[in-house]
Amino acid sequence: MNAYWYCFSGILMREALRFVRQRTRLISALVRPLLWLVVFAAGFRAALGIAIIEPYDSYIPYEVYIVPGLACMILLFNGMQGSLSMVYDREMGSMRVLLTSPLPRAFLLCSKLLATSLISVLQVYIFIAIAWLYGIQPPVGGLGLALPAVLLVGFMLSALGLLLSNAIRQLENFAGVMNFVIFPLFFLSSALYPLWKMQEASQWLYWLCAVNPFTHAVELVRFALYERLSLLALAVCLTLSMLFTLLAIVTFNPQHAALRKPR
Amino acid sequence: MNALHIEGVSFAYGQRAALRDVTFSLTPGHFTALLGPNGAGKSTLIALMTCLYDVQHGDIQVLGYSLRRQPRAALGQLAVVFQQSTLDLDLSVEQNLRYHAALHGMPRREAQRRVDAELARQGLGERRRDPVRELNVGHRRRVEIARALLHGPRLLLLDEASVGLDPPSRQALNQHVRSLCHSDRRLSVLWTTHLLDEVQATDDLVILHQGRVVANGPAEAMMQPHGGDLGRTFAYHTCNTAGAPA
Repeated sequence: MNAYWYCFSGILMREALRFVRQRTRLISALVRPLLWLVVFAAGFRAALGIAIIEPYDSYIPYEVYIVPGLACMILLFNGMQGSLSMVYDREMGSMRVLLTSPLPRAFLLCSKLLATSLISVLQVYIFIAIAWLYGIQPPVGGLGLALPAVLLVGFMLSALGLLLSNAIRQLENFAGVMNFVIFPLFFLSSALYPLWKMQEASQWLYWLCAVNPFTHAVELVRFALYERLSLLALAVCLTLSMLFTLLAIVTFNPQHAALRKPR
Repeated sequence: MNALHIEGVSFAYGQRAALRDVTFSLTPGHFTALLGPNGAGKSTLIALMTCLYDVQHGDIQVLGYSLRRQPRAALGQLAVVFQQSTLDLDLSVEQNLRYHAALHGMPRREAQRRVDAELARQGLGERRRDPVRELNVGHRRRVEIARALLHGPRLLLLDEASVGLDPPSRQALNQHVRSLCHSDRRLSVLWTTHLLDEVQATDDLVILHQGRVVANGPAEAMMQPHGGDLGRTFAYHTCNTAGAPA
């Protein structure tokens, strides 16, 4: 059992060291949501009034509404980027070293997903701290309650990223992931607009948003941040995390990638 | 017991056969050169031996452990230095080694003891805190060897480890690995290369060509009918099979 713990802590330490050494990664991960918060939200504040909706107790400005969505945006980008690099690295690079470990491959993959998710959680909290200074201040208790929610969402999105990268060869570059995964997941969710507003615009768009896993990820974090629990969002995120992880492990096979590649 | 035993291994990328009925063994404590031109199937064989690819036909045993049936026990006995560097350039020498120790489930104190010992053995003690990015290619290779040997493996695989080095560094690395093999009688080495000058008469030699083992045995005995010349020996075996049916 100890061997598993040493292995996981080694993988986590490596991710943490890489995170500290590669400051540009942190900056680019933060610039994106901060731009949305400061520029996009300022522009849309006048156009979009947010009615009283759960979990908020009163009318809120638009900036307050989009913070959970932007926190999840960090998790989404990191999850996809991290998984993509796992696929790229599996034939050459650090994944080959990881896979020569005598510990079970499923454990190694889960450890890697968890370690990258924990680093993403750190980035989310740096973003929330900056948002706090900007004036968006959720209850202090909510900051603690949101921690497991953010971690669960980070893990779910990383597992989804790995699964998609295993299954679809065309996603082996980031432009493909942006166009076909990140943008649809993000825009067809409750990250930027509440679902009732979507429903006013179009019923089918509303349904697409309602079944989008990213909507449930955002709502889980939003509710937790305001000291509430969305049971539906929790159930969806837990179930999908397990499903995506299982499928990602089953489909992770470097040999498949080699056989698909024209030689 | 053989350090490595490969029995009837075949592998194909779709329709294209990369390895055909490959069979050979490694004597414990010996330096064995696996010689073959580019595209002979050396890297595919390494990918199979490190469980990156699944064995499609045949079996590979490391110290008696079958990669099909006991992959974890087999992986625990072997070490590998890949053709392309797999070090984290941004991390220090020591951090790279400690990461590898963790992957093998080693407790921290034990890992530190082995890192110290291995860096001293490879002559890298002074560079332990340097980021790998600051090391030259030859030293990076030594770091990879130190990392590979950290968990006390019995079999060391090197996949064209000298690629990218200038001739003196290439020879130095080759000699360094030989000296490791000679000083540690428990360690067997499989050195894959396409360069004739990395093979010595005292080595065991396997020649791989077009996915087949075309010659296998002590290099000296193999070269004897060809005037002790490795180039002629290699040409004899590879030309004879150039038109062989698939």
